[in-house]
Amino acid sequence: MATDTLSNHEGHAHGHDHHDDHHDTAGTKVFGFWVYLMSDLVIFGSLFATYAVLLRGTAGGPSGADIFELPLILISTFLLLVSSFTYGMAVLAMNADRVNQVKAWLAVTFLLGAGFIGLELYEFQHLIHLGFGPDRSAFLSAFFTLVGTHGLHVIFGLIWILVMLVQLQQKGLTEMTRPRIMCLSLFWHFLDIVWICVFSFVYLMGVL
Amino acid sequence: MSGHASHEEHSHGSVKSYVVGLILSIVLTIIPFGVVMTGSFGTPATVLIIVATAVAQVLVQLILFMHMNTKADEGWNFMSFVFTVSILVLVIGGSLWIMHHLHLNMMIG
Repeated sequence: MATDTLSNHEGHAHGHDHHDDHHDTAGTKVFGFWVYLMSDLVIFGSLFATYAVLLRGTAGGPSGADIFELPLILISTFLLLVSSFTYGMAVLAMNADRVNQVKAWLAVTFLLGAGFIGLELYEFQHLIHLGFGPDRSAFLSAFFTLVGTHGLHVIFGLIWILVMLVQLQQKGLTEMTRPRIMCLSLFWHFLDIVWICVFSFVYLMGVL
Repeated sequence: MSGHASHEEHSHGSVKSYVVGLILSIVLTIIPFGVVMTGSFGTPATVLIIVATAVAQVLVQLILFMHMNTKADEGWNFMSFVFTVSILVLVIGGSLWIMHHLHLNMMIG
């Protein structure tokens, strides 16, 4: 990668061999996005550490065992997991140059992701309605921050899917849209991996 | 980028690899949920099962969905991942360690 990047810069300096240029730029973009995801992982790691430290700071309020509803979390988990799979199908359709299939799989992924966010909003609204909002205790502050940050990422992923649907409609599969779909693919799978940690360490261990 | 064609085949997967990833993920999700919801094991065993299935599912998705391997981009993907995991071990492990001792020394936990 290092040498690719260097030769790519040279290409820019010495004139424009367009084909190679585009290809290397795409590889560099996706790698750069990977490095961003790694920094995002550090954010989530910090939030997990915060949550673990504040876990027992319930201030007389409810603990995880009192408020977590596992059946709901199981449904959310499957929505996100299947959406990760359908995004994979979109990438395979892109590799086969079938733009309509890409759009269809992206639309399915969007609906599943929206379902996940809908359930999360219902859970948050329900907790706040019961008086168990983020202001109730240190435990609930940490819980809402961790799960909410993941939810915000999913919402931005949903917006990104919509943007890609518009761009695919207008531009089709080009040198510009393909790397974007690959970056979004990494982003979406990454969010599912973070969710594995959320449901395991927050919800499942929370009710023990 | 010599051997570009094979690189692309490996890095973008196939229907089969995604289906295998999906099935493994479903199984590795149902096991911990089942164990916790039925409460059929003691707490230490349950914690062990949750951690083991979570780690396994993360690896399944990293390899079969995100196609992480040690060869793509001359290993830089993988190296940056290993670096990040070391940072995470320091941040999470260190926080828990320090705060645990703080609790003990202040006699509040």
